[in-house]
Amino acid sequence: MSAVTTTRLRRAKARDESEPANDRGIVSDFDRKKPGVRVVMAVVHVFLALGLVVAGLGPIIWLAKAAITPTQDTIRTPLEFFPNGIKWENLAQAWTEVHIDQYFINTLVVAAGSWFFQLLIATTAGYALSVLRPRYAPLLNGAVLATLFIPSIVLLVPLYLTIVHPPIGQSLLNNYLAVWLPAAANAFNILLVKRFFDNLPREVFEAARTDGAGPFRLFWSVVLPMSRPILGVVSVFAIINSLKDYLWPMLVLPDPAVQTLGVRLPAIQSQTELGVFMAALAISTIIPVVLFLGFQRVFLRGAGLGGAVKG
Amino acid sequence: MTILTTRKRKRTPATWLRGGGLWNLVFVAPMLVVFGVFSWSPIVQSFVMSFQKTNLITAHWVGLDNFVNVLSDPLLGTALINTLYFAVLALLFGFPLPILLAVLMSEVKRGKGVYSALAYLPVVIPPVIAVLLWKFFYDASPTGVFNTIISWAGIPPQPWIQNAMSAMPSLVLEATWAGAGGSIIIYLAALLSVPPELYDAAEVDGASIWRKIWHVTLPQLRGVIFIMLILQVIATSQVFLEPFLFTAGGPANATITVLLLIYRYAFQNSLGGNYGEATALSVMLALFLAALSFVYFKLTERWSNN
Repeated sequence: MSAVTTTRLRRAKARDESEPANDRGIVSDFDRKKPGVRVVMAVVHVFLALGLVVAGLGPIIWLAKAAITPTQDTIRTPLEFFPNGIKWENLAQAWTEVHIDQYFINTLVVAAGSWFFQLLIATTAGYALSVLRPRYAPLLNGAVLATLFIPSIVLLVPLYLTIVHPPIGQSLLNNYLAVWLPAAANAFNILLVKRFFDNLPREVFEAARTDGAGPFRLFWSVVLPMSRPILGVVSVFAIINSLKDYLWPMLVLPDPAVQTLGVRLPAIQSQTELGVFMAALAISTIIPVVLFLGFQRVFLRGAGLGGAVKG
Repeated sequence: MTILTTRKRKRTPATWLRGGGLWNLVFVAPMLVVFGVFSWSPIVQSFVMSFQKTNLITAHWVGLDNFVNVLSDPLLGTALINTLYFAVLALLFGFPLPILLAVLMSEVKRGKGVYSALAYLPVVIPPVIAVLLWKFFYDASPTGVFNTIISWAGIPPQPWIQNAMSAMPSLVLEATWAGAGGSIIIYLAALLSVPPELYDAAEVDGASIWRKIWHVTLPQLRGVIFIMLILQVIATSQVFLEPFLFTAGGPANATITVLLLIYRYAFQNSLGGNYGEATALSVMLALFLAALSFVYFKLTERWSNN
């Protein structure tokens, strides 16, 4: 089923690039000329634009506004823009007094480590399963794919106990490895990368091998540089998922000094003045939003790709 | 690993080494370690632990006791009904919305990229931040954000998450907002793959716009819709973050879900973690979802073939 979808997607993409003339949807050009259809389309367009702006951008703009509004104004008149002036101090207070600076850095460290380990496992495993193909590869492939069908809730308790009593060494509680390594055991990443490697031209590998490239050189200098698109997709999702994670880092990072923004924010809410808290929320939103605006195409391609794999 | 060693013996270590066996191991090893310790072994352990009583140091077998205890917990029924309620509400309101929006967005000639980006923006906001923000939006006082907005239409202030009746629909509303963008992008990708010839052919037969949507677009999306439906059911039956952060299961247990119950057994137990019962409940949930998916795929397979 999935192979069909990928070919379909490829077809759709090819059509996108080569035959713009046939790029049509449900409503034909003929339909669009009818006055009734034209009015309905215009109305739909306006509602769509308004709805998407209000739902997509509205909460973020409101948060940005609340971050620099005095607490009393946010409580009494939440939808008015600065009735009593701007209070920039909220941001400074959140950054220094609430120690958002520390949690901000922790969040970046957790995201960077999750990114590194996910990429490391996905590329080495994808390379082994797709290019090196040892005899036991099908077995490993099956074992990896099988984990996709296990809901993550089943892992929660035993994984927590594994972190408290790892097979070797001390408890990993409050150690970032406790977040990084379980995140790296991601079958979906391996599936995506392996599929991409499967479609790379084998002739290039053969040529590199005849030129004397060993398995590592082939991996580092040929396969990885050819795979930038998929590595980009895996990277943005590794980082964004790390930023979105809550339950797991909350369980394995009980010490506030090492916690991430996401884990810390609910805990500090009750002791923080509302205006300062909104500033803290706004600062925490900056990383994912900037990341998304910067790598929009990779995000949207990746989100569509997820659908193709699921299909 | 047993396969590996027998192969080694059959082909002698020298041929194995020359054939790149060592390099294969170097590339396979990181995955073996990470999946072995953090995925495969916890999965096996969870089935084992559901038949044990454990206090982190020692474990002893208790047969089906954990399952019996979980099933006789009076809260389980409430949690099941609440989870089902959340899933049904999410299905009724959250499921058709992305399909509708994707179909409309695909008909927009200009600015498609901007619309996709706007729709996807809520998806990248960390759910914790979204929930904390919406918690303020749901302020029950007349000056709350949502209460101010509905007052423009003359609707009196609502209690939102503070009332047992309206708490769950409020959670579903936030979850729908947070999740719709991802589905929209998937449907948009699927809409691209509908062959345009089908629309041309339908027009030759004199089909109106509605008939084209009903007889061409939706049947062409059928495969994706079927998959998205079961994925959403699997996801919503494991809802945790919204009830945990919005309402902590309240008011009056109106939003306690199965996952919240599992969390309470394991991590919010004054007598120490009841890991056996927590895993027993999660194993039961997983088995139920597996059975549900199996039946679902059997059914949709038959419909897809018609």
